[in-house]
Formats: sequence, C-alpha cells, structure tokens
Amino acid sequence: MSRAEVVIAGFGGQGIMLAGYILGYAATIYDRKNAVQMESYGPEARGGAAKTELIISTEEIDYPIVEEPDILVVMSQEAYTRYHSKVKSNGTLIIDEDLVDLTPPPPPGVSVYKVPATRIAEALGRRIVANMVMLGALCAITKVVSPKAMEEAIKSRVPKGTEELNIKAFRAGYDFAIRLMRGEVD
Amino acid sequence: MSRRLPEVGGVYIQMEDELASLVVVIGASQAGAKAMTATSGPGFSLMMEQLGLAIMTETPCVLVNVMRGGPSTGQPTKASQGDVMQAKWGAHGDYEIIALAPSSPQEFFDYTIEAFNLSETYRVPVIVLADERVAHMREKVVIPPEDEIKVVSRKKPSVPPEEYLPYGSEELIPPMACLGEGYRVHITGLTHNEKGYPDMSGDVHSKLIWRICNKIRSNAEKIWRYKVIGSERPEATIVVYGSAYRSAIRAFKEARREGLSVALLKIETVWPFPEKPLLDLSETSKGFIVVEMNTGQILREVQRVAGSSRVEFVSQLGGDLPDPRGILTKIRRVLDHA
Amino acid sequence: MLKQVQVEHPLDPLLRIDRIPHIWCPGCGIGIVLNAFLRALKELNFDMDRLVVVSGIGCAGRAAGYVNADGFHTTHGRPIPFATGVKLAKPYLKVVVFSGDGDLFAIGGNHFIHAARRNIDMLVLCVNNQNYGMTGGQLGPTTPLDARTSTSPYGNIEHPFNLVHLAAGAGAVYVARWTVLHVRRMTESIKKALLKKGFSFIEVISPCPTLFGRYNRMGTGLDMMKLLAERSVVMNFIDPAEAVVDLRDKIVCGEFVDTEKPEYTEMVYRLIREKSGREVTSIVES
Repeated sequence: MSRAEVVIAGFGGQGIMLAGYILGYAATIYDRKNAVQMESYGPEARGGAAKTELIISTEEIDYPIVEEPDILVVMSQEAYTRYHSKVKSNGTLIIDEDLVDLTPPPPPGVSVYKVPATRIAEALGRRIVANMVMLGALCAITKVVSPKAMEEAIKSRVPKGTEELNIKAFRAGYDFAIRLMRGEVD
Repeated sequence: MSRRLPEVGGVYIQMEDELASLVVVIGASQAGAKAMTATSGPGFSLMMEQLGLAIMTETPCVLVNVMRGGPSTGQPTKASQGDVMQAKWGAHGDYEIIALAPSSPQEFFDYTIEAFNLSETYRVPVIVLADERVAHMREKVVIPPEDEIKVVSRKKPSVPPEEYLPYGSEELIPPMACLGEGYRVHITGLTHNEKGYPDMSGDVHSKLIWRICNKIRSNAEKIWRYKVIGSERPEATIVVYGSAYRSAIRAFKEARREGLSVALLKIETVWPFPEKPLLDLSETSKGFIVVEMNTGQILREVQRVAGSSRVEFVSQLGGDLPDPRGILTKIRRVLDHA
Repeated sequence: MLKQVQVEHPLDPLLRIDRIPHIWCPGCGIGIVLNAFLRALKELNFDMDRLVVVSGIGCAGRAAGYVNADGFHTTHGRPIPFATGVKLAKPYLKVVVFSGDGDLFAIGGNHFIHAARRNIDMLVLCVNNQNYGMTGGQLGPTTPLDARTSTSPYGNIEHPFNLVHLAAGAGAVYVARWTVLHVRRMTESIKKALLKKGFSFIEVISPCPTLFGRYNRMGTGLDMMKLLAERSVVMNFIDPAEAVVDLRDKIVCGEFVDTEKPEYTEMVYRLIREKSGREVTSIVES
C-alpha cells in the first residue's frame, strides 16, 4: 500500500490523539515511511469529540488532508454517526463493539471489524489503555505499520512506568484481531 | 521551549503580554543573546510597536507568527494567511523586513535557523510567518548534528570603544557592540546619528531610513528563497507559499498528469518578495494562479510584478487548506483563455 | 587680566559631555535626580562598564542619554521589560531604569507590577512630576485630584496612584520616596538600592514649573521647591498605604520597604545549571 488515509475518532479522554501520534511515530521513525498527522483543536481541552487524521505513505505526502479514509477507527457512537459514511468503499472500519452500534450501516464493500477494546483493556486492569488495544487490532488487520515498529513507538512515547501495560494492551488487541480474522472469535 | 531551553543552557520567560515578550527579546539581543518569541494573531498586532523598535535600532531577533483567522480574536486554532501585509507594513514608518513562510514541520525547523542567520547578518527582525495548518501538523523532521548546522553571528566592532560608531555610515550593516562590552553605546528608537544620539534633522532621518531599507533591498537576491517546480517554459504558473503549497502541489501534479503546461513557484521568503522568478516566468506564462488563505495579499505583489499577465486568484477563508480541485479549475481557465 | 580656566566638574567623567546641555527646563527637578544618581555611582566607585541605564519616553526618559554608560532609550512605557531582557542575558550587569511617572505607571504600569512581582534585580528610579511634561502637561496616573492640567481644565476627577504603596503591594524588596530637595538622603537611598539584589523602587517628587506649576498657579520653580520643603515629612517604615502625597497637606517621604526574597535571575540560572549540568552564568558567551 503506497498511501493509506487513517481516521481515529472517539471522545476526549480516550487517548485518541496519542494513538494517532504513536501510529505516525511508528510509521516514520521505525518503519521509515512518511506520515503526516493533522489535529483539529477546539478551545476545550477535555470532553467532547476527539479526532485525529493521518496519512501514511511510502512516498512523499503532498496534500495532508484526509479525503476518504481507507481506515476508520471509531470508539464512540457520535464519531460513528459523524464519519461512517466517509470510509472508502473497499475500506476498513474498526469499532469498539461495546460503544458503537452499526446504525445506520456502513457503505457497502467496507470490511467491518468489531473489537471489544474497552472490555479487553478493563480485563487488563485499566480502561485507559483501550486506545492501545485498538492500535493492536489496527496493526494486525491493516498492516499499515509493522508490529515491531508499533511496539518500539509505544515504548518511547507513553508515560514512563506504563510501558509494560501499554505493550500488553497492544498485544492483546493484536492477538484478538488475528483470532477474529481466522474466525476463532466473532 | 520552557522544558528544553534550561536543559541546553538557554533562558525561557513567559511575559505578561506579547508586547512585553518582544521587548524582552530586544533587550536580550542588545545584550548579545540570540532571542526569539512566538505568537498568533492578536499577539502579533501587539508586537508591531516593538517590531518598529527592533527595525529602528537594528536589533537581530526572530518572531514567529502562526497566522489564524482575523481581525481581532477571529478564529483561534484555524488557519489563515491574513497577516502577510501586516508583516511587511504593520509597524509605522518606512522599512524593509524579512519573512519566511514554511509549508511543513521540516521547513519550520530549517527556516527558524535561517531566520536567526538572516537576522544576525542583516541586523533586522526576521519573521517566521507560519499558519495554523503547518503549526498543528506532525511530520518527520530530520535534525542534523549540531556541527552541521550553519550558524551565523552578528559582526562585532573591530575598533576600540573610542573610535566606534554604532551606526557608522561606511557600511550598510554596521558592526554591533552589545551592552556590557565596554563600548558604552547609547541606543534609541528616536531618529539617530552615527553615534546613536537622537538627531531630528531631515538629512539624518533620510539617510538612516534609506540605509535600513537598502540593506535589505540591495541584498534581496541573496535573501530570496524560492523554488520553481515543473516546466521550464510553462504556459501557466501557480504562485503559492506556506501551507497552501500543500494543496497547490497536489493540483500541480494532477495538471501535469493531464499533460498541462504548468509550473509552480513556491515562495519561501515572502519578504523581500522574490520578483525575479516571477518576471522570468511571465515571459512564457500566459497567466498566473495565485493561491492564498486570505482575500488577496501576495496577489497584489504578483499583479505588481507580472504586470500585463492574466492573474487568477484562489482564495481560501475559514481555516481549511485550499481545495486542490479549485486550483485545478483555475489552471484550466488560464490555459483555455490562452 | 583674568585668565579663563576650564574646570572639570567632579561628575563630568560620568556624563556624556558631548550631549550637554540637557533639555530640561529651568526649575525642573530631573537634573537633581540625575545628579544624585551620578553621585551615588561615584561614591560607590561603581564599575560603569557593568551598568546599563534604560529609559522610556518623556522628560525623565532623556536621562539615559546623558550617562556615560551603556544606555538604551526604549519606546514609551517599555524600559522595564527591556531591562528584564538585558538581565536575563547578562545577569552580572546592573540595570537601572530611569524614567517618569507617566511612562512607568500609565502605559508601562503592567510591566512595573510584573517585574516587581518576579523580583527581578533592577533599580527603578521614577521622577514623579504629576503630569506629562514633554507633551504639554496632560493629566497622568499621579496627577492629584482636583489639579488642573491641559486635559483637566476643570480640575482632575481621577484618583492618583500612591506609587510606593503600589510598588510594595506588587512585591518590590526596596521602596523609598524622596523629594528633589532630599539630595543627601536620596543619594544614600540610591546607593543602598544599587547594592541590593532584587527589584528596588525609588520615587522622587519633582516640580514641573513649566506646565504643572503654571496650570496650578504654583509660582516659579523655586516657589515649588519651597512648597516641597514645607510639606514633606520623613516617616521611615510607616505603612506605605499611609504614605500619602498631598501637595496641599503633606508629602510623606522615607524608606518604606527593605526586605529580602529570592531574586528572579538567580532562580532562572539556578534552574539552567540544574537542568543543563553546566556552570552557566550568562547565556552570552564572553
């Protein structure tokens, strides 16, 4: 894949921006690709909708704006409602199945993956790492970045002392998605 | 910077307002330090008074302005390129200035270094004229090893204090003694003679103002930074700067794919405005497409320089980058009318 | 036959003689304050290469241009942040802001309170002549209630600042007020402040016979000096809130604050040394 457009959206406090940052960091620093991340800010620091856009490419990126996401990750119903229709027709949609109900349905041709990210994170002891579970699933399903690059990026970008938990969450999401794709879970 | 500067032996201070921030920068620079400040929109307006002082006293310093929608509080956290003319004309009086417009985080990094070097070379405040889109953009930035970075420092006087004239007329850019170096300089924002003393005579004023303008004008070719991308003898040329370049380059590539004869002039020093490439391109170009996130500021410069050529304008207001499709439409329009 | 001899004034070496005569009017008090400042420097045998005099706009603002030291004449109201920049770059320099009440407390009021709050090492010497002398005698932040000025022809209806109270409240570590007639006490006070580490403030009440005096029928410069002599009373270390300036009643002079607290540039450089692991004493390489 030479160019992938990724949107990660949810609500404030879920670590959406950090997830996007880590994904871009892994792509550029460890996978040696190009990436651009654009953040939209409102005046409020917490709460409300959160969204980050990334473009990952093996080539130089000119226009940095996502037009039709190849990959959409949603972690809130509001984000689903707002962005589901924009996914490319053969694109990938990954949702936190406990937070998102697929109504109205996504455009035809979109592959949908349901990952109980928050539930998996809670089982690990901290729901705050649901973003890392989602990154794990995204990595396994889309292969836009390598798992090795993701783990390196997580280790260097998350707060000191939380590396182990975050890596554990990433691997849990990754393993879940592998089993999901093999049809071992539904 | 509040975190990083102490680690590398630098000083950070948060002042009571943006105006005071630029005063502190001027004070630190007059004492010999390399100093900078950064702001957006209303803060830039507050700095205009001190921009004038820095120009008049020929104090090297760097000022970053991340342009947002204005006037007034306008659109915080939304992009614009509405301060281009303010950067050139915002302080009262006649002067010339240098302003660089980055289109990526890498250029933001490179141009900030370049801004310091130009400011130390020409003893003029240099503005890094960015916008919200490039300021909130994350991309790969390659930071070279310290010893590979070109660092220019101001020329110091070679004569003893008794012979030193802070604003000596022999050179366009006089060597600069700093406070605390034993030169016992007197510097003022008033019109001043070669000694730096206030002098209200018309001759002294005229000579001083022409010198601070000419030190930039006569070196403009050395200061200009720009890139011409595409056909050598294009029929249409896109003129763009700052983050709007990211939209324009997409439109340019599309046009080339369609086989259109098009070039792109990416302006990197918006001030002094690089006239030469525009003049050269106007020999073959049937028209120019100026792309800006304002109601037409560099447009006026293009119209001034390119004279009789057809000039189309793509204006983007509201905070988003220009849509590449709109640029493409204007390219076709220029070529259709050829 | 009388022989003409050129006699050098003892303070000449501290002045830019090529800029004398100064611009101040006969009967004005600014020259007296400059004289006291230069005397203080001389008596301390102060290293003039380690002194920076900064001023703003206005009559008092011209003082920086007469002192034979590094000097910077900023735009209106900005000498304090300029001095802050100099101190941050070269903390070993002594910075003196010599300016007037309008420059320091109207347009520059915000900078004054914040520099005092930070306790950045500098001496602010304020000549208070109760009006804008250079521009035609308009009312300013220290113009007394009821006083006539060119812009209060029916009497001033604004309350003035009590500058020593303001300085003390904002956090200055040394605060004093004198009139231009307290030459010796003013000189001693300036000496003390020059040696003190931290934000020091000295206010000097001065006559402006050309404008404020004329508008208020106060007579000549000499008459105004006499008035200052009659009305002033020294009350050291009384509550600055009580230290009133009332030209019709009393002018309370003296030292009001003399205290210690951590100085800003010392804290800045302590932080730099701690975080960089280097023995940095100035960010400018010498």
